[in-house]
Amino acid sequence: MPGKAASVGAVTPLVTLRGVSKRFGPVQVLHDVDFTARAGEVTALVGDNGAGKTTLVKCVGGVHAPDAGEYRFDGRPVRLGSPREAAALGIEVVHQDLALCENLDIVENMFLGRERRLGVALDEAAMEDEAIRVLSRLSVRTIGSVRRRVSDLSGGQRQTVAIARAVLWDSRVVVLDEPAAALGVAQTQQVLEIVRRLADKGLAVILISHNMNDVFAVSDQIAALYLGRMAAQVRTADVTHRQVVELITSGRSGDLGLAV
Amino acid sequence: MGDSSMSTDDIPKGKQTAVKLAETDFAADKREHDVGSAVADYWTRVRSGDLGAIPAILGLVGLVVLFTALRPDTFLSKGNIANLFIQALPYTILALGLVFVLLLGEIDLSAGVASGVCGAVMAKLITDSGQPWYVAVLAAVVTGVVIGSVIGWLVAWVRIPSFVVTLALFLGLQGVTLKLIGEGGTVPVRDDVIVAIANKNMPIWLGWTLAVVTALGYGVSQFLRWYRQHSRGLHAKPVQLIAARVAVVAVVLLLGTFLLSRDRAPSPLITLAGVPWGVPLVAVLLIIATFVLGRTSYGRHVYAVGGNAEAARRAGINVNRIRMSVFVIGSTLAAISGIVLASRLNSVAPGSGGGNTLLLGVGAAVIGGTSLFGGRGRARDAILGGLVIAVIDNGLGLLGTKAYANYLITGGVLLLAASIDAIASRRRSATGR
Repeated sequence: MPGKAASVGAVTPLVTLRGVSKRFGPVQVLHDVDFTARAGEVTALVGDNGAGKTTLVKCVGGVHAPDAGEYRFDGRPVRLGSPREAAALGIEVVHQDLALCENLDIVENMFLGRERRLGVALDEAAMEDEAIRVLSRLSVRTIGSVRRRVSDLSGGQRQTVAIARAVLWDSRVVVLDEPAAALGVAQTQQVLEIVRRLADKGLAVILISHNMNDVFAVSDQIAALYLGRMAAQVRTADVTHRQVVELITSGRSGDLGLAV
Repeated sequence: MGDSSMSTDDIPKGKQTAVKLAETDFAADKREHDVGSAVADYWTRVRSGDLGAIPAILGLVGLVVLFTALRPDTFLSKGNIANLFIQALPYTILALGLVFVLLLGEIDLSAGVASGVCGAVMAKLITDSGQPWYVAVLAAVVTGVVIGSVIGWLVAWVRIPSFVVTLALFLGLQGVTLKLIGEGGTVPVRDDVIVAIANKNMPIWLGWTLAVVTALGYGVSQFLRWYRQHSRGLHAKPVQLIAARVAVVAVVLLLGTFLLSRDRAPSPLITLAGVPWGVPLVAVLLIIATFVLGRTSYGRHVYAVGGNAEAARRAGINVNRIRMSVFVIGSTLAAISGIVLASRLNSVAPGSGGGNTLLLGVGAAVIGGTSLFGGRGRARDAILGGLVIAVIDNGLGLLGTKAYANYLITGGVLLLAASIDAIASRRRSATGR
């Protein structure tokens, strides 16, 4: 994996979209969107409902192929036809409605569909070892036993499992769709800590969120979509809470944002 | 990578307060359970609606006590105990196949009559065409595979609810059996090998050898597993509990062998003793099914699809293939059940597999602890539930209960088991946080 070490903190963004457009029938969902996500950073993707956030991450995650524009991954142009191809590059998407099986335990969920085997039998010990390794790398200390059933876990713990599952596969880009949407205060805090930690470990994290406090708490960059156009992608340190809200609601704020 | 991770203050931030990063190390629960904590965990699980084998074992004990009290001379007689096991064989095999179907939250109402069709195919080939038994058995099993494939295809790809598909087949397949056998007729089964399954016994020494080997094999596999987990510091049950579990299984196996090895012939002039050949057949099927469900990725995927089909699909599992496969397994085991039933009755009649056969099969799986709502259940449920059903069937027979009462009671037992399942499942979702 020559790219992996080199890309940590590298100047080249891991994910670069240039002039991406996407149309569903008569509806133009994305117009000429530029977007970047760097390794080691949390890039927050914000925008009002229907601004095109989900479509954009679906393009990143290989669910949709852009109609026009350029998609570069680690500097090389790519064309992703399916989520599987994206996963092969190391791009994992954690969906808003968690795709976990409640009747299975944490290890079983983390390896679902990609089980380790010894001959025909499952290699439970290897999977449990690996699951513990990944969870410790994320400094998760709120799970209890990795053999607990998901039905016994709280919402925050489930979110943690879903995220841990995404980074189990030496992923380089993790897309999180509203990870704290249905969580309480303490649980949100825990999940945000993990989001931050993922970036600190050198992954490129793309975070969709409606909550400005969360966005400012963890992100390095903020990309604001307005009616399918990229209003601005700015460093979080350079903007205020109010500016971002203006970018979301009107597409511009002072000299930032879309031209009138 | 740990060194390069930024401390909280370095993270570029806007005006909001930064998230505090707790640097505490991961403290996964790697502690060895002691007996106390394991029992406490188990009790918590039971209280939150995860009943496991408890209803079946309580039911079994209760029913045995009840029938022993009502028919003290006959119920626990040597001959009747052997009868019980033989009666349980077909239901148990049918239920084993239904466990796979129920794990997906689907139902196969045609499993009973499918066993009738497969039994009829076998009987016709042996009796009318003079085929050797293995050809007939193979044909019966292939018939089961075909029936299961048709159901699976209609459910998974045409997307008709399994309830409707198998209700249609329940009617249609009875027609097939009737056509094969002819109205009013029965086809006798006289092939030695087939008849032996339910009517002949293993030599006493072989019964004991198999029981001891099975008990040892179970013990060794359990302890090896514990050792692997323990030595790698993984989550393991306390070794005392494993020892207790192995001891219970060994005692049950040896006690069963002992009971069946006594001479149960009604006349002192002949000897009738030994474990019926059908018992090791069920044991082998149970071991295979347990391995497939618990230790292979196929089994894992069956549970996943039963628990959350959408999650399974997103994890890259071919949900339709899994859905189809459980019906194939269900109908194939129904075919084997049909063969065993034919062996027990020495014949196949047009009504074979009809009536309450299916009800008893589903009842066995559900009483054993397999949920009708999918995602929960084990292969051994079929055995436990099958024994409960056989005890009811046998006991009612000894009491000389009228046919109408028999139907009422069997239906009532199934409803009771389903109610326990439904209430437990509601409790699970209530405590599921």
